[in-house]
Amino acid sequence: MSEKVLMKGNEAIAESAIRAGCRFFFGYPITPQTELAAYMAKRMPKEGGTYLQAESEVAAINMVYGAAAAGARVMTSSSSPGVSLKSEGVSYIAGADLPCLIINIERGGPGLGSIQPSQSDYWQATRALGHGDFQMVVYAPATVQEMADVAYGAFDIADKYRTPVMILGDGMLGQMMEPVELPERKTDLPEKPWATTGHGNVRQKNIANSLYLDAEELEKSNIARYERYDQIKANEQRAELVDCDDADIIIVAFGASSRIARSAVRAAREEGIKAGLFRPITLWPFPVDALEATKAHAKAYLSVEMNMGQMVDDVRLVVRDAAPVDFYGRVGGVIPTPAEVLNKIRQINEGLGE
Amino acid sequence: MAETQEKIVYQRPHSLAPVVTNYCPGCTHGIVNRLVAEVIDELGIEGETIGVSPVGCSVMMYNFYNCDFLEAAHGRAPAVATGVKRVHPDKVVFAYQGDGDLASIGMAETVHAATRGEKITVIFINNAIYGMTGGQMAPTSLPNQVTQTSPYGRDVSTAGYPVRVCELLSSLDGVAYLERVCVDSPKNIRKAKKAIKRAFQNQIDGVGYSLVEVVSTCPTNWGMTPTDAFEWMRNNMLPYYPLGVYRDVVADGFANAAEAAAARAAECPIAMAQNPQLDEIHAANAARVEGGDR
Repeated sequence: MSEKVLMKGNEAIAESAIRAGCRFFFGYPITPQTELAAYMAKRMPKEGGTYLQAESEVAAINMVYGAAAAGARVMTSSSSPGVSLKSEGVSYIAGADLPCLIINIERGGPGLGSIQPSQSDYWQATRALGHGDFQMVVYAPATVQEMADVAYGAFDIADKYRTPVMILGDGMLGQMMEPVELPERKTDLPEKPWATTGHGNVRQKNIANSLYLDAEELEKSNIARYERYDQIKANEQRAELVDCDDADIIIVAFGASSRIARSAVRAAREEGIKAGLFRPITLWPFPVDALEATKAHAKAYLSVEMNMGQMVDDVRLVVRDAAPVDFYGRVGGVIPTPAEVLNKIRQINEGLGE
Repeated sequence: MAETQEKIVYQRPHSLAPVVTNYCPGCTHGIVNRLVAEVIDELGIEGETIGVSPVGCSVMMYNFYNCDFLEAAHGRAPAVATGVKRVHPDKVVFAYQGDGDLASIGMAETVHAATRGEKITVIFINNAIYGMTGGQMAPTSLPNQVTQTSPYGRDVSTAGYPVRVCELLSSLDGVAYLERVCVDSPKNIRKAKKAIKRAFQNQIDGVGYSLVEVVSTCPTNWGMTPTDAFEWMRNNMLPYYPLGVYRDVVADGFANAAEAAAARAAECPIAMAQNPQLDEIHAANAARVEGGDR
C-alpha cells in the first residue's frame, strides 16, 4: 500500500527519484529549486547514496556525465540560469548517449531575471539546451502528484532510450504543497552492459565518448540517435485532454499555467462557451497526434503560457491553417489569472460568431 | 647444442592498445602514456581501471588504452572522474590532462576535486602551450615565451603570470601527494614512473587525491627538434617549475590526507568536534558496502 503525504513539489521529485533507484545527486544551490537539493542532502547519505554539492553547475553536470557513464541512476536539479550553465554537459551527455535526469524549476529571465515562477525556458528545453543536433524527453508536470509520477518514470525512459530526460517545472509547482501518493521502491534496475565500470578482464573495453573525427562516422551516430528519437516520438507522447471532444476553442497550456487555464475553461463552460483544455505532459516529444485529432472540430486555439510565446510555435506547427492560433502570456514572474484567460476565451468566442 | 634462452626485456604493456597514436614525433605524451600503462600492468589493475581523457592532444587516449575510458569536456575531467569514482569507489579512476585543460578552463574542477580529497589519480602534462589548437599561450606559458597568441612574448603586464600547479594545490587539505617530474632522460623517466606508480598506489590504498605533474615539451609548436626542446625545457621550464615532491602526507607521517588535515585543524574546535550523526551514517554505509548492498 502506497502512502499519501503532504509535500512540496520539489521534495516529491526528490523522494520519488530515490524510490526509482537514483542514488547519485550532483547540484549547486539556486532558488527556487532549493528544497530539492536540501531534501537530497538529508536523504541520500541515509540511503547509502551520494549528495555532492559541486563547485559549479558546470562541474555538477559533468559529475552526472561520469556517474551516468559508470552505470548509475543519477540526477541534477537547478533553475533557469543554472540550467544554462549545464548546457555544455547536457550536450556531451546526449552525444555519448547517456541516461540521466535533469530538473529545471524555472524562474524568470533572461539573465538573472527573477526568482518568481516562469515558463520561459520552453524553447531552451525543447529546442536547444546545448550545441549540436539533439533532443531530450521533457516532462511538464502540473501537480505535485504528477511531479512525483514523472520523476519515478523518467529514469526508465532515460535508460530505455539512453537519453537525458528533463522535468520542466517552475517555482510555483516546486514550492507549493499538495497531497501526494508516493510510489513503491524500484528494485529491478536494468543492466547496463555499455557502462564504464572497469572491464574486469571479462569483456571488451567500454568507452563513453562524443568525439568522432571522421565526418561520416559522426553523421552515422547522429542518424542513429534520430532513429531513436523517432521511436520516442511514436511511443512517448503524453497529453491530458479535458472537455476537448466537442470543443470549439482549445486552450493549450502546460505546467503551472495549465492549472489557471483549467479554471478558465471550467468557467467558460459554465457560460456556455465550448472550451477545452489540451495539456501537453511531454513537451518533447510534443503530443502532436492528440492535438492533430482536435483539428476535426476545433475552430480556434489559444496557447496560455508564462512567457512571451514559445510553445505556441509548436501548436502552430500542428494546427497550421486549420484554425487561428492565439496566444496569451504573462512574464517576469507574473502569473496569469483565470479571469484574464477567461476574458481572452470570451473574445475568441465572440470572434467565432462573426 | 645449447638451448636458446629467450627473455623478454621490452614489450608493449598489455593495457596499451596496439594502435597508432596521434602524437607528433618527439612528443612526451607517448612516453607518459606508456608509463601509465606500465604502472597499470604492474599493479594488475587494467580490469579495475577507468580512465578519463581531456580535450587537447591526448583527447583520443580512449583509443590508446585497453581499459574502460571516458572522454570529458574541456577541463571537466576531474568532475567526470568524481562522478565515476563516487559510483565505483572500489575501482581505480585516473584523469590525464594538459595545462590548458587542467589549469585554465578546468581550474575550478581541479581545485575542488583536490580539496574534496577525491580519491583519484591525475596525470598533468605541462608543456607550457596549447598543442592541439596549434600553439597558443597556455596558463603555464613562461614570461616572454612566444606563442601564436603571445607573438611578442608573454607580456606579464597584460597576460599575467604562469600558474605553478603543484605549489597552488599543495595548500589544500584533500591532497595526499603532489610530485613534479620530467621525462627527458632514462633516469628521469624512471623517477617519473615511480611517481606515477605512487599516485596510483595511493588511490588503491585510499590515501587521497594524488597528482603527478610532468614538465613536458611540444617540439611541434615550440618549433624545435625534440632534443632542442628538452634543452629549452631544462634551461627555462625547470627553473620556473622545479622538480620535486610538493606534498606527501605519508612521508609526513600520516596515514592519509584526512589525518594530515585533522592535524592541521587541531586548534579549530568545530573541525575537531565529535559528530555522532556522521559517525552513524558512515558506519551504516560501511555496513552496506560490506554486505554488498551498494
